[in-house]
Parts: sequence; structure tokens; C-alpha cells
Amino acid sequence: MSTPTSSTNPLLRAWYDKETRSVIVQIIAAALIISFFAYIINNAVVNLSNIGKDINFGFLWDNASYDINQHLIEYSSTSSHFRAMIVGLINTLLVAVAGIVLATILGFLLGVMRLSNNWLTQKIAYVYIEYIRNVPVLLHILLLHGLIVSSLPRPKGSYNFGDTFFLNNRGFQMPSPDFQSLFLIVGAFIVGGITFAWWFSRHAQKVQDETGKAYPVAIINIAAIVLLPLAVYFVLGSPIEWDVPALKGFNFKGGMVVRPEFIALWLALSFYTAAFIGEIVRAGIVAIDHGQTEAAQALGISNSRVLKLVVIPQALRVIIPPLTSQYLNLAKNSSLALAIGYMDIVATIGGISLNQTGREMECMLIVMAIYLAISLIISSGMNWYNNRMQLVER
Amino acid sequence: MKLINKVLTGMALTAMTATAAQASTLEDVRAADELKCVVTTGLAGFAAPDADGRWEGFDADFCRAVAAAVLGDGDKVKFVPSTGKTRFTMLNSGEGDILFRNTTETLSRDVDLKLSFLPVNFYDGQGFMVPASLGVTSAMDLDGASVCIQTGTTTELNLADFFRANGMSYEPVPIETNEEGFTNYVAGRCDVYTTDASGLASTRAKFDDPSLHVVLPEIISKEPLGGAVRHGDDQWHDIGKWVVNALINAEEMGITQANAMNLAANVGNNPGINRLVGSEGSMGAMLGLDAKWAARAVAQGGNYGEIYERNVGPNTPLQIARGLNNLWNNGGVLYAAPIR
Repeated sequence: MSTPTSSTNPLLRAWYDKETRSVIVQIIAAALIISFFAYIINNAVVNLSNIGKDINFGFLWDNASYDINQHLIEYSSTSSHFRAMIVGLINTLLVAVAGIVLATILGFLLGVMRLSNNWLTQKIAYVYIEYIRNVPVLLHILLLHGLIVSSLPRPKGSYNFGDTFFLNNRGFQMPSPDFQSLFLIVGAFIVGGITFAWWFSRHAQKVQDETGKAYPVAIINIAAIVLLPLAVYFVLGSPIEWDVPALKGFNFKGGMVVRPEFIALWLALSFYTAAFIGEIVRAGIVAIDHGQTEAAQALGISNSRVLKLVVIPQALRVIIPPLTSQYLNLAKNSSLALAIGYMDIVATIGGISLNQTGREMECMLIVMAIYLAISLIISSGMNWYNNRMQLVER
Repeated sequence: MKLINKVLTGMALTAMTATAAQASTLEDVRAADELKCVVTTGLAGFAAPDADGRWEGFDADFCRAVAAAVLGDGDKVKFVPSTGKTRFTMLNSGEGDILFRNTTETLSRDVDLKLSFLPVNFYDGQGFMVPASLGVTSAMDLDGASVCIQTGTTTELNLADFFRANGMSYEPVPIETNEEGFTNYVAGRCDVYTTDASGLASTRAKFDDPSLHVVLPEIISKEPLGGAVRHGDDQWHDIGKWVVNALINAEEMGITQANAMNLAANVGNNPGINRLVGSEGSMGAMLGLDAKWAARAVAQGGNYGEIYERNVGPNTPLQIARGLNNLWNNGGVLYAAPIR
């Protein structure tokens, strides 16, 4: 019996041991990864200092000196780069939230249409989904923007809706409300109405659970939230003055405008994401065993309630996780705003500010941090909702 | 652990050599045998590919002149198209060696963006173009207009200043490239297109009937356009600077594309010309180039006047009169430092 030569070498012996080998490989891999990033970071710092640049966020408080067409907060060319960044962030959030809402509604509609027994309905949804999701979203954005800008009339030939709403290639102009102090009372009634509705729904549910007696909840709540404040509004003599847009010179003055860039981006992102959501919804519904529906029907529950009480709550458990990643996609895709000049976070701090100040590293870090924050907020919100929807085991 | 140490040392060494190997731009250009020149994505008359894909224009010719001086062949240029926003990053990150992209020299760009500007080769100013049908005759009538504007430019800042100073409002419509601005302007998304007057002339020349569009008389800013290189390589900056000066001086001295190489071959009796074309003195050696650097630069695309007339002058579609861009002894402000 001769011992194998390998066992005499301690290094080789360690290598032949499965456990030790795995540790060694992991250490090497970790070292490689760390040195790779150290190299990249070192490289960036050295190269910046070679051309005499440092990393400094002080420029954020300098005057931005440029104008932004869509700003939901006060902004002018004398505002700071920081404020320009906030304006851009709000514009990003606006289009992301509006996009998520519309994409969800459209997506659920498409999902249900895909499962419809009606041949035409089903095929329309099928063709829509296959066309939309197989063309890059950037093309949808450019196409919609081109359509709006080129096919709608110029301001002088605007489509006029009762001298209050106007549609042209500069956007959709509408009156903006100017709230008078008396409106506070109406506001109080609306808040009161919502509080009442919230309490009443719970109360009605409790009564129904205990006695089986059902109140007409929807009608009473609508009356509380809408009708009563509306009555108060008129009794007080309509305490909102509407600033109606009017054509003056080149453009409409007064009122509010939804610009073509926003409309194009919002619709394109919504249509595109809705196609994916439609498929997710369909998959979620198909995943629910048909026996569930049949069992509910056997109990004599109406079809709409079967969907509402049996199918959808179960389907949601399948739908929500992939839905989250669609929401994330939509929020991140909103950065394609750049292509049509919608002034989002990338166009403001990551675009013009970056260029005018030459602070590439700082601006890109800010933009990345903001997108990361937005995505993490969406994820955690959806995770919370997902946990609520999960099967509660008793 | 020895292995890891070796790997780490190796990595550190690579990192050090990669950062220490900052050769001079001149050496880099010679080693690549190619000059990477940052230009626009397309602005007729200044830099735009023609039907055969060859870049033509005023800026393109300056790129070729530098390549001719440094590499001996004006065709050894790789044109790197850039938008107003990406141009400085491309230059600073080394994607380009030199920049000729109708770029305005300003203090913040020179100092804060770490650029070194070459002498001004085009005196320009920001103007406005509107459709003639609007009946606008002055920029002071533009209150409330929608204005198409290239982002990342000095014009963007001038525009904000101009409207603010005159108490007028406007809607900025931000665009990335001249092409996009043209499309938006034609579609009527904006009433006004604003950029440097030379750029307006270039854009206007693209219309089937240019007379339907008017350039308003107001010039709201000074836009001294010039080439630029990265901060920190003085030799490379000197080369760019003196190629531009040589082209302007060549016009002044009557050295042309046709006679430059002949003049260089014989010692004439005008010492100024002799020094420029390299038949006398050692100007080229001082720059780290050979004696005939300037003669080749002129022979490549002509002197300043020839480049101007061929690309943007009155006989081209752009029809820009020499104006300020004439020689100092001809009513303009071109006054290049002497080569001696």
C-alpha cells in the first residue's frame, strides 16, 4: 500500500477536499468581484482627478437658468438645480402613477376580454396584445407623439368643445379651478362624506354579518360623498371661479394644459404595459380551478358575485407578484420621456443640469438613487398588498 | 492564499498601469493613426454626411485640417457624431480627441467643464426663425409663443434670459437634435425655432421654399464658436490652436489649397509665408510636428476663406455673408496671432 503522492502536498490535499475546495473557490470569486469593483471605482476617481474634477454636490444650489414647460410647483429659470430636480421628479411620478392606473384598468379589461366566449371580443384583445407587446415601447411613444403633433390642428384651428375645452397639437386645454374661501365649507363636507362612507360600509357589513340585512351601501355613500357636497356647493353660490383658456396670440392663455408629450408618454406606457398585464390577468384567472366557479354557481350565487367573491380573490394571489414587475417596468420605462422632450427626472437633473454644469457623475448618481427609491417603494407597497391577499390559514 | 495575493497584486498592477498610461493625446492619435473628431449629428454646411456617407462641412474641414497637420492625411479622421448634450462627455471620456461642433466658448465650459478652447473660428449669435405666415417682424412680438430649443446648449440659457429680461412668457419645447427641431417646427408643435443664426440658415435652406420662413432681425447673444480639446494636454491644445491660426493666416497671406504645397517646396522671398509653410524656421518642431504641418493643413481643404466659401458662404444654400467672419483688414474680426 503506497499513499498517493497527492496527499503529501497539503495544498493539493485541501483542493481534493470538497468542503475546502468550495470555500477556496468562493474566496477567489469574492476577491475577483471586489477587486473588479475597486478597480472601476478607483479608475473613475483617478480619471476624474486627472482632468481636475472632483465629486461635489454644491452645484445643486446654483441657479438652473433654464425653463421647464411642465412644472406642477413654482419654478422659473432663477430656481435652483435642486428645484429643477424636484420638478422633474414630480413629472416622473405623475406619468408613472397615471400610467399604472390606466394600465391596470386596461390590463384587467384585456385579460377578461381574452377569456370571453364572444369570438370578436376575444380576437380583438388577442390582436391588440400581440401587436402592442411585440413592438418596442419607444416606437409607440414616438408614434403617438408624432400622431398628436402632426395630425391635430394648430392652436388657431383647435377643436372647440363649448368654448371651454380645446384640443390642438399643443395639448388639451381646459379650465383651471380657482378656489374661493367659501369652498373650504364644501371641502369639509367632502371630507365628512368620505369619513361617513368609510364608517357606514363597515357598519353595514357588520349588520349584514349579524342579521343578514343588507343596506343599499353604494347609493347612500355616493349621496354622502358627491350629492350632499354638490348641493352645498350650489347653495353657497358656486365658490369656484373657473379660469377658462382663451386663444391669445400664439397660444391659449389661462386654464390648464395637458401637453402632447405627457399624453403620448402616458398613453404609450399604459397601452404597452396593459398588454402584459392582460396576459398576467388571464393566466391568473385560468389558474383558478373551474370547480370553484361551478361550486359557487351550485350555491345559486349570481355570475358577477362569483367573479367578485370567489374567482378574483384567488386569482389575485397569482396575479400580484408578476404585476409588481410590470409596475416597476412602467416606472422605469418612463425615462424614455427623453425621446420626445417630456421633462422628467432624466431630462432635468440627468439631462440639462448635467450638461450645463458638467457634473456627470453626481447627476447620474442622483438619478440612479431616485429610480432605485421609486422602484423599492413600488415593490414594498405591492409586497404589503400581496401579503394581505395571501391565503390566510386558519 | 498565495494565489489570491497574486491575483490581487496583478489586479492592482493592471489598475495602476491603466491609469498611469495616460500618454499624450498626440501620441495616442499617432498610435491609432486616426483623429477622432467630435461633430454634430448633422447640421448641413457645418458637419453632415453627404449622399456617399462622407462627412462634409465647415467643422468637418477643420477636423481634416488637423488630421492633415498631425497625421499627414486629411482623410484619417473618424467622425464621432454627438448631440448638444453628449459632446463634452464624449470629449472628456476620450471618445474624441478634438471637438469641432459649432460650440460656443463660455467661462463655465472652459473652467468648470474642463475644456480648452481653440481660437474662435466662427462668430455667431442666437436668432429666431418663424413661418412668414405668422406676420411676426420682431422677437419682441413673441410673447406667449412655443419655442423649439436644443437642450444642453447656451441658446437654452440665452432664451430664458431674453424672455425674462423682456418680461415675456413662452413655452420651451425641448428637443435633442437639429433634425428633431426641424420636424417639430414643420409640424407646428412650436411657433419659433431658435438656435445660432448659422444653424437657422442651415435649417432654413432645407425647406422646399425657404422664403416661407423668416429669420427675425434680433440677434440676442454673442456666440463665438470654436473647437475644443480636453484640459491638461497643453501640447495638443497648442496644435489645435495653431492649425486654426495657420488657416486664418494662410488666407491673409494668400496661401491657398492650390499653391500651399508648391510654396512649401521652395524657399520664397516672403519670410512670413516661408515660416507658415515650413520652408524656413522650425515652427513644426516646436509643436512636435514636422515642418510641413501647416502647408498640408491648407492643402487639405484650403485656407479659412476657402473653407468658409465652400461650406457656408453666399454661394452655398446657407448663404451666410462673411460679416464678422471676415479678416480684420477686410471689415471682420478675424485676427489670428502670427506664426513666428
